[in-house]
Amino acid sequence: MRRFARHPLTRRLVEAVLTLFGVAVLVFAMLRAIPGNQITATLGTQAAALTPAQMASLRGYYGLDKPLPVQFFSWLGDIFTGNLGYSQRAGESVLAMTESALPITIELAILATIVGLVIGVPLAMLSASRANGARDGVSQVIGLLALSIPNFLIAATLLTLISKYAHYNPNAGEFQHLFANPGENLQQMMFPALVLGFGLAAPIMRTARTALLEVSTADFMRTARGKGVAPMRLRVRHLLHNALNPIITMTGIQFGYLLGGAVVVEQIFSVPGIGQQVLVGMQEKDYAVVQSTVLIIAATFVVVNLLTDLLYRVVDPRVRAS
Amino acid sequence: MTIPEQPLHRDAPSAGTAGATATSAPATSISATGVPATGGPTLAPGIPPATTAGWRRLLRSPAGLIGSVLVLLILIGAICGIAGLTPYDPVAQHPLDALQGPSGKYWLGTDQFGRDIFSRTLAGIGNSLRVSLVAVAFSGVIGTLAGVCAGYFGNRVRGPVLAVTNVLFAFPPLLLALTLATTLTRNWATIALAIGIVYVPIFVRVTRGPVLSLRETDFIRAARVLGLPTRRILLRHVLPNISAIVIVQVTLSLSWAVLTEASLSFLGLGSPPPAPSLGAMVFDAKVFASTAWWTLAAPGVAIVIFVVGLNLLGDGLRDALDPRNGRNS
Repeated sequence: MRRFARHPLTRRLVEAVLTLFGVAVLVFAMLRAIPGNQITATLGTQAAALTPAQMASLRGYYGLDKPLPVQFFSWLGDIFTGNLGYSQRAGESVLAMTESALPITIELAILATIVGLVIGVPLAMLSASRANGARDGVSQVIGLLALSIPNFLIAATLLTLISKYAHYNPNAGEFQHLFANPGENLQQMMFPALVLGFGLAAPIMRTARTALLEVSTADFMRTARGKGVAPMRLRVRHLLHNALNPIITMTGIQFGYLLGGAVVVEQIFSVPGIGQQVLVGMQEKDYAVVQSTVLIIAATFVVVNLLTDLLYRVVDPRVRAS
Repeated sequence: MTIPEQPLHRDAPSAGTAGATATSAPATSISATGVPATGGPTLAPGIPPATTAGWRRLLRSPAGLIGSVLVLLILIGAICGIAGLTPYDPVAQHPLDALQGPSGKYWLGTDQFGRDIFSRTLAGIGNSLRVSLVAVAFSGVIGTLAGVCAGYFGNRVRGPVLAVTNVLFAFPPLLLALTLATTLTRNWATIALAIGIVYVPIFVRVTRGPVLSLRETDFIRAARVLGLPTRRILLRHVLPNISAIVIVQVTLSLSWAVLTEASLSFLGLGSPPPAPSLGAMVFDAKVFASTAWWTLAAPGVAIVIFVVGLNLLGDGLRDALDPRNGRNS
């Protein structure tokens, strides 16, 4: 038991739970800071016409007459029992909305991560193969651009170009789900994933380059070269494998960027994911949706970070030993 | 731009032990993670303070030079935009000249309401710079203060600071900025505040570590033994020694702030219209860009020059102010 309590994983887990609690408090506080409340948000200007008695009964209905801590814990309790609130505008429970939206965003995030790794890692290997050479220069410039061009600008340019020259816009029609219509779905996911993945490639490339350069000067690399390991095998088994750790960490950290970027990209390409859900909630002042969805996104991020920690324990035995 | 105005480090603590010794330290003292190794007892463990030599090195590196030139270019544009030195009023509509291409009359063409895009772009750059500067000033001051305190004082300060940092880090940056922006009454100052809050934890994270190890150096111990007041130690001895880290972080954070501001206004949750904002201009241009490319190109190129400039400047500063960082990172 004592060993369990002192295990680094246990500490990490406790930290994650505490962070999640803090996140819930912050989300709750932010949405309580909004001038007005659920009543004015729902009824708009009509709220001014309510009699004091109607107002009081509505306050009772939404639980606004209770002290803030009570409101907070009752909201938190509702979340644990699966009651994420009810969207006034969509006429649907937030849970049902999330159940259909979250898988779409996760699919998008996975595809974008694949794109980011496929662009970023080879670019880094090219770059690190001869530091400060011509190839390094070109890859670094690509990395810099990927870091500096905002995803909405890439998306807008891409949309303009394809609609002008290719007359191909898979995102114009109704959204198709992965399992209902895989071919159409992947076409619709292609541009969003490319745009998000391109942005992701930059930090991955920079981290991977530094890590690869670091590993390439290690003694075991010299030994491997000396004993005549084939160049390709040297690069993959010896070099890349030992540089994986920072790459995984960076990819995990960037998952937050993906979830945030998803808000922008989903909006542009009309992908009905979780980012779209939270954005529409914000634009339409549907605060029940915003409150629960922001919490879900932040929770997803915390969990992904935790999984990242676990993953590099699996990949790198040195971390497990320490 | 605040960076060149940053007080240079002339107050080398303890007869320059930290600055001089650390500057000549070999590149190998960087540990695997890129965090400076704790070195010998007389070494300042942080990155050496900003010196005039560092600034000169900045202009000699290609990244630093190009970055400085681009940022200067943007600064001139921003000043023109803020001061109203634009060919036209950025919000004035000329309906008869709607969606005109670039010409002698309208240098970068006009948008769907016949507003001059060049003037709007300058004003947008001005708005973007104003928001980003205030945002980063906020996060830089609060974050550095919190980071220094968390590094220098014991658990009682460290615990709460790190807890808040962890919670803020748990949000995707753009989402936190969006949520904050929705909850506040929207004007440029509240947008700046929303973005500023998002980047506070970064400053805590980059300053805490160096301060933690700086605390154990001989010259800080000596200062404590001499009975210097804590505030003086922090302000005159600790802060100057992390100035380089903070300056680099300010530059990089500015580039993120510019991107975040643009994303917010693209999503319609940034500075409210009709005030021109680069992100909102891109949003409007989406519809017209296939026939009127200039509506998208002008704000797009402005954002890219702005962010590329800041990123290059940040990279250049990092290399220039930290000789131990080598050329490869």
